[in-house]
Parts: sequence; C-alpha cells; structure tokens
Amino acid sequence: MSATEPFAIRAAQATPAPLARRMRGLSDRAIAWLFIAPTMVLLLAINIFPLIWTVRLSFTNFRANRPNATLAGVGIDHYVSILTDPDIWGPMQATAHFLFWTITLQTLIGFTLAYLIDRKFRGHGLWTTLILIPMMLSPAVVGNFWAFLYQPQIGLFNYAVSFFTGIPPSSFEMLGSVKLAPWAIVIVDTWMWTPYVMLICLAGLRSIPDYIYEAAEVDRASAWRQFWSITLPMVLPFIMLAVLFRGIENFKMFDLVNLLTNGGPGSTTEVVSITLKREAFEKWRTGYSSALAIILFVAVFGLANIYVKALNAVKNR
Amino acid sequence: MRAIWKKLPAAATLAAAAVLGLGSTAAQAQGKTITLCWAAWDPANALVELSKDFTAQTKVNMKFEFVPWPNFADRMLNELNSKGKLCDLIIGDSQWIGGAAESGHYVKLNDFFAKEGIKMSDFMPATVLGYSEWPKGTPNYWALPAMGDALGWTYRKDWFAKPELQAEFKKKHNRDLAAPKTWAEFKDVAEFFSGRTIDGKKVYGTYLFTERGSEGITMGVSNVLYPMGFKYQDPKKPYAMDGFVNSAEAVKGLEFYKALYKCCTPPGLTNSYMGEGLDAFKSGQVAMMMNWFAFFPGLYKDPNVGGEKIGFFVNPSDKGKGSQLGGQGISVVSYSPNRSEALSYIKWFATPEVQKKWWALGGYSCHKAVLQDPGFTKSAPFAAEFLTAMDQVVDFWADPSYAQLLLAEQKRIHDFVVADKGTAKEALDGLLADWKKVFKEDGKLK
Repeated sequence: MSATEPFAIRAAQATPAPLARRMRGLSDRAIAWLFIAPTMVLLLAINIFPLIWTVRLSFTNFRANRPNATLAGVGIDHYVSILTDPDIWGPMQATAHFLFWTITLQTLIGFTLAYLIDRKFRGHGLWTTLILIPMMLSPAVVGNFWAFLYQPQIGLFNYAVSFFTGIPPSSFEMLGSVKLAPWAIVIVDTWMWTPYVMLICLAGLRSIPDYIYEAAEVDRASAWRQFWSITLPMVLPFIMLAVLFRGIENFKMFDLVNLLTNGGPGSTTEVVSITLKREAFEKWRTGYSSALAIILFVAVFGLANIYVKALNAVKNR
Repeated sequence: MRAIWKKLPAAATLAAAAVLGLGSTAAQAQGKTITLCWAAWDPANALVELSKDFTAQTKVNMKFEFVPWPNFADRMLNELNSKGKLCDLIIGDSQWIGGAAESGHYVKLNDFFAKEGIKMSDFMPATVLGYSEWPKGTPNYWALPAMGDALGWTYRKDWFAKPELQAEFKKKHNRDLAAPKTWAEFKDVAEFFSGRTIDGKKVYGTYLFTERGSEGITMGVSNVLYPMGFKYQDPKKPYAMDGFVNSAEAVKGLEFYKALYKCCTPPGLTNSYMGEGLDAFKSGQVAMMMNWFAFFPGLYKDPNVGGEKIGFFVNPSDKGKGSQLGGQGISVVSYSPNRSEALSYIKWFATPEVQKKWWALGGYSCHKAVLQDPGFTKSAPFAAEFLTAMDQVVDFWADPSYAQLLLAEQKRIHDFVVADKGTAKEALDGLLADWKKVFKEDGKLK
C-alpha cells in the first residue's frame, strides 16, 4: 500500500471483514444517516421534544405542583392573557432597557478597547489578559462581588463615587434606588462582558490585511479616512456578530439580576426571565409560563433571523 | 408422607420468615437510615443533636438535608412535586400544608396518631391549626407541630440603659426609654436612635424585613398589619376579602411600615431578610431588630451582642394584637420507602421527654408539657415573650395556591414600600384584585 493511495480506499481496506460485509448493502446516503442518527435523536430528545411539549402545555391549565388535578384545555387563553396584561409590559420594558444600554455600551467600549489593544505597544499582551479576566469569572461570583461593592455603607463603589464627586457614600443606594438599580445592573454586565465584545472585534481587526492600509497610505488617505473606509466596514460583520451574541444572551439574562436585585426594588429590574421563573417555578403556573416562554422564543427567534439576514447582507457587500 | 417430607424445608423457611417478620420494628430497622429535610438554620443543628437519642434507641440512623432558607421552598417543593425519595421526613413550612395535603405529598397522620395515642390536644392550639390541619379548623392532621415560631423583637438593652439616653428620651417623650409596647411607642424609639452615634458608630432605629424574592417583606409588614386591623377575609364568610384586605386600618398599617422603613432603617437594606437582620444587629447598626424567635437562643449566646446586652419583646400592639406565625410541622413524605421508620421518629419526637430536651437544646417545642410548665417562662430570657407571641399568632394563607398569593403580596408591598410606586390604598386594592383572580382560578370564588 503506497502512501499516495487515497484515504477512502485505505479506510475501506482497514474495515474489519464482518463489518464490511454488513455495510456492503448500504448506500452512501444510508451510511451518512446512520452516522448522524445519534445526534439527531439526541437533538430531538433534548430540544425538539421539550419544545413541542411546551407548546402543548401552553394550551392547558397544567400546574406541575398539582399532578393529580384534571388537565383541561384552555385554548389560546394564556396567550391572550399575556398579551393583554399590562403587568407583563413592565418586565418587557426592563428587558428592553437592559438590552439597549448593555449592547450599546459594550459595543462602544469593546470596540474602542480592541482598537487600542490592536496597536502594538509594550505589554499589550498583559493588558489583553487583564481586560479578559471579568468574562472568565462565574456570574455567581460577579453578582455577589458587586452586591458588596454596591453596599452603601461599606461598598467600594460608593466610596469611589464619593471620592470623585464629594457625594456622601451612604447617601445613595445603587441597588435599592428605583432610578439607580437598572443602571447598577447595566454597569455590572458591561464590566463583565465588554471583554468578550473586545475579543471578537480584535479578531475582526486582525483579519484586515496590512496591504490594504499600505495602499491607502500610498493614496495619502488620512487616518480618519482609513478608519472610516477600511477598518469600520471590514470589522462591521464582527461587531454585528458580537451584538447578536450579546443580544441573545442578555435577552435571557437571569443570573446577575437575580443575585443583585432579585427584580427589585419593587419590580423595577424584573426582566422577563425573572418573571418567567416566578410564574413557572414559584407560582407553578406551568401552562401560563409555557405560553410566555413560547412568546419569548418566537420574539427572539424572529428578531435573530432578521438580524442574521442583515448580517449576511453586510458580509456580502 | 414423602410429600410431607418434601415440603418440610419450604415450610420451615416460611415459618422462619414469619418469625423474623414478626420480630420487633427495632430489629427490622437496625442499620436503616432515614433522611430528614429542613431549612439550614440554628434549630436544625439542635435537631441533629436531639436525634442522636432516636438513633441510640431505635438503631435507625439519621441523615439530614438542610437547605438555606432562600432556596428552601424551591428545593423542597420541587422534590415533593417530582415525587422524589430524598426525604423520608420533612419539616415543611406552615403554608405548604394545603398544597402538600391536596397533592398527596404528605401522609395523613390521623390513624397513626389514634393508634399510638398521640393527642393533638397535647399541643398548643395555634400550632395545631397552623402546622397540622388541612382544611383549617378540621381534625385532619398532616403534620405534628415540630417547631413553634413567631416574629418577635430583640433590642440593645445596654444602649437603652445609658443614663444620658434615658434622660434625653424622658425629656422628649415624658416616659422611660424601654422596650415598646405599642407601635406608636416603637416609632418614637426608632426615631430616637436613628442617626445617633453610639460607641463611636452611627446607628439606626430598627431593622425591618424587605426581602423581595421569597416571603420576607410580607412577613415583616404582616407584623404591623395584624395589630392595626388587617384581616385576610371576612371571619363569617371565607374568601370574602373586600373591605378586609384593603380596609382603612390595613392602609394605615402599610403606610406605617413604609414610614418606619424610611425613617429608621440602615441604608442599603432594600432586599433583606433574616440573615441580613442578624448581621445588622450583631454589627451594632440597629437598636431593635425584627426576626424569628428561632434565632434568639443563638443570638443570646453571641459573645459580642448576646447575654445581658440584649432584651426581647413581643410584637407591639395597636388597635389589637397579632404576630406573624412562623414555624413548621414535621410530616412523613408519601413517597418515602421508609415510612414505618419515619413514623417511629414522629412517635418518638411527640413524647414529652423528647420535647423538653428539644426546648433545652434550642428548638421551640409546641407541646403543652413544655410550654405550660410553671418554670417555662423563666427557662430562657425570651421564653415568656415567645409564649405571649404564640397566643396571638396569625398565619398567611395556607391554601394550595399560597405561592401565587404570597408572590402577589411580595410584589405589591415591595413596589409600594421600597420602590415608592403608588399609594398604600392602591397597593392593597391591587393585592385584593390579584388574590381574587387566584381564588377564582381555583374555583373558590365566583
């Protein structure tokens, strides 16, 4: 057997005779299906089946804490109830506020950091590592850690603000004030996830070939012109990808909010995933919460699809 | 004859099995282990100590599954709803009794109590009503009262005793600075201490529950609402709540709680429950702290703020009296494979001797043999207050939908008290509408 012999032939010859006999009657397509079948079965079992089951439950009065109760169909009552409930718009607004500001800040700061880090300077490797640390921490650690930082009597955050502004540290409560609490969560999420956006933008910046800049230099393009006409368009698909990832992640934000404010004060920071958890696992309104989950799923899926189409259009430009 | 000989070994085996089968439960139970599930807190440690006697007597080993309070309900109700076999015995919260009974999670104990001579009349009536009965007021028992508890108060006796503070308070209010008996007195004392510097540290008047996620703020505000006249329903017409939940007295009570929260609590405690209260009190931030009696034995033993430095008082009164009921009953889980051993634990736990030791170790017995003992009120500095509190306790709904009812109140109260949304009347009207919706869904209201 020569080393230049095609790999497929060598693999076929290496197949044990009994197995080869069994496979002989199968077409290539059948073998391909045989290989992907376990994955398909697993996907159906852990993704598709629960989704179909959730859709089914959303049309019933099922409650997981009352398994003995009679199961009855309620039609589209849950959907109507959710879409006409003024209380559900509070969490939706809180989620929208959180999404808009975290994505805006993370994209701006993340891109700026990536742009600065991309310049070759002494110790840039060390700085990159340091900047990446927050995203490597567990959200549970970050949540508890910032809850202490925000403590008005002993928290470092309040002391830092006091140091720079002269406002007494105990005079404001980041997590207890209706006005400040939504921003407190935005700050923590931005602190934690900006490095992630930076990393994606950095990959984008490093993928731009140097010769394009060299050609621009020859054409005497200014630094601003190079940034506007080369850097930004070429890195835009990466930025859009980062926005997509962060958008999907933050739409379902639960851990940080749960640890920092638990949706409070009052319901000020109750994002929609906290509402969903309360309906499903505290109030045990399984049917109702299934309907809410489906509505959210359709919203995220729909928005993500539109966004991906836009992303592809930018990439193909 | 040959046939008889052939059958003899089988008959002998059967006879041996029968003899073994009729052997004592203790012999059967030897080497068995049962698991008791409860919240992770001071009394749970006392129960571990107490249960060693049970193991010594019955040779049944005890395993414990203690879950921190904020996750206790989630964890345990998930366990019960999924018919899990983790817990043989569970000391579940009083509000769970309706749901657990109707869903078949707990074993009904009436026949067992009758067989073993365990009488509910041996326990304090409020604890039987609160921890054992479902439906309420009927002799259907799903738990044995295990841990009596109510919301009470502890205060810094050493601060109250400072002569300069005594003189200043007397001059201002024309009475001694002492543990308050009414809510009006309470507010005077709380305002008096707030913002004051004691031992070189800025202190505040009081600590109140404000927790949003589970039950904290509801428990706290109820302690003010009950004495001020709030009622869950018309005593003559169950589930008729109009004019009771949102009565003028209830509105006044809710406004009072908010006023206390605004004037006299330390900053930053906007989502705080038992643990945060203990921290605030132990670190010398507050003069008075609301908390469960269950924590008072541990607090009294604290080397820094315990002993003679602190005193205890029952929930202040207003138009009437009332304290929020805490505490739990012990139940046998229906899905337990060790039901007989679990029942034998309850039988052992119900005896007066064990109940006396339970109190001595730091648990709060509900047995009359303990509570009506002439020496009881002197047995601990908080014993007399506990007895008074247990005489005036009121509990939250214990219906199967209690969680929905509780979360609705958590939201409405927190929105008003902490987030400054709307008025007290709007909060209680909203709460009434939420509760009506839940009871309508349950078919209890038309």
